[in-house]
Amino acid sequence: METRLRVDDVWKSWDGVPVLRGIDLSVASHQVVALIGASGSGKSTLLRCVNGLVSVDAGSIWLDESLDVTHEKTNLDDVRRRVGIVFQSFNLFPHMSVLDNVTLGPRKVLHRSRDLAREAALTLLDRFGLADKANGYPDQLSGGQQQRVAIVRALAMEPELMLFDEITSALDPMLVGEVLDSVAELKATGMTIVMATHEMSFAREVADRVCFLSAGQILEQGTAEQVLTDPQERLTRDFLARFLR
Amino acid sequence: MSFDVAYVDPARARSRKRRARRDVLIGLGSLAAFVLVVGLVVSQLPGWHVVQDTFFNVDEFVSSFPQLISAFWLNIRIFIVAEVFILIVGIVVALARTLQAPIWLPIRVVATIYTDVFRGVPTILVILLLGFGIPALDLQGVPNSEVLWGTVALVLSYGAYVAEVFRAGLASVHPSQRMASRSLGLSSWQTNRHILLPQAVRNVVPPLLNDFISLQKDTALVSILGPIEILRRAQIDTSMSFNYTPYVAAAVIFIALTIPMTRFADWLQARTQKQRRAAATV
Repeated sequence: METRLRVDDVWKSWDGVPVLRGIDLSVASHQVVALIGASGSGKSTLLRCVNGLVSVDAGSIWLDESLDVTHEKTNLDDVRRRVGIVFQSFNLFPHMSVLDNVTLGPRKVLHRSRDLAREAALTLLDRFGLADKANGYPDQLSGGQQQRVAIVRALAMEPELMLFDEITSALDPMLVGEVLDSVAELKATGMTIVMATHEMSFAREVADRVCFLSAGQILEQGTAEQVLTDPQERLTRDFLARFLR
Repeated sequence: MSFDVAYVDPARARSRKRRARRDVLIGLGSLAAFVLVVGLVVSQLPGWHVVQDTFFNVDEFVSSFPQLISAFWLNIRIFIVAEVFILIVGIVVALARTLQAPIWLPIRVVATIYTDVFRGVPTILVILLLGFGIPALDLQGVPNSEVLWGTVALVLSYGAYVAEVFRAGLASVHPSQRMASRSLGLSSWQTNRHILLPQAVRNVVPPLLNDFISLQKDTALVSILGPIEILRRAQIDTSMSFNYTPYVAAAVIFIALTIPMTRFADWLQARTQKQRRAAATV
């Protein structure tokens, strides 16, 4: 299987405080990788390094073994049109309708015609059960609906890799399910996904691989079954014990 | 009783209505008494008749009013033309100051110096400098109309203020909006254009209206260059009759235009706040 993403010995610190300390990670296409770990363990920073929102201090990040995200000459706009990201806080554009939120990228970045972008957006919205919200505005939607629109907005760019940054953490417990269903649906289409999450049972359900991050390092990784039910490291066991309590 | 209907005890509703009516009557009565007392005291003051004759002379008011109104038309034209250009200058300068790439440093420096200088210099000084200075250069092909240079001076002076208002508006949009836009692959410029600026404009409409109310008054400053706008007209009338009523009449005309604008700005601000509160609860 071809490697879609390869993170090679990545280091990052903020004002001298290390956040990532030599991360190695390799993700094959169609694979779903879950990053778990306490807040501050470096999950979000790692995801943001992958699409170039954060620049690394050392190491390299390869897309398809051909494009080095961390190289100075790399055009980050090229990286970002190939890598979709969804944030914890949705970050929809409040002054635009749902449809405009979704079509903005395809029209302005991929230079699709308005009609073509609109058609593709409606198809995607329909697939995620949002067809009737196309003309609504973000503040008229529930948190779960907003987050699904954010997923559709990222998908409209036809990315080859999707990053999810704790996308259910800001949601009402009642609304988590519908968003997780969307992720499962996405996995079914063969999308390559790296997701930071606190939803352990969901990680077990959809992730091909689970990585436990602690203090900026991947301390343990393996299949969901291995890491979540039979963790080898004491820190992993402590972390999971706090979740299961 | 079903819970989906609002239920108010009829007796309580009646008493609320009674009390509301009573409050209105008390308010109006109190206001009338206040006006009566102030009127009586002022009219009993020694010298009130001189004041009344010099500032509130009905005949002078009526005779100067039509000319003042037609002179005011010039103020309105200056105001409208200046406003359009001020908005353009404000947006362009605010965006120029957000340019990050090193190649744009000269543009950023020029924009920063512009806002610093024109916010620091009194508007009347800019008007004098351009209005008398540029025609004095006697350059070929450069018009020397006082109204034109007075308007340009207003645009430069207010453009600096409005640029700062827009800049504050851009800063008020949450950084996560820029992050979301850039992650879609939109460039910095596209992000400004499609994401930040539309939200910034919405945020700054109330403060902008305040600046425009102030601009409307400052059109009178152009009078020092000589064109016969409302203030100059009032000055001429006053110097002919030694009666100051035309100034008061001019003031009334300004107020007649600014009060509706002020109320509109207040209403708009209240509405924006209400919308934000509503959005915050979602």
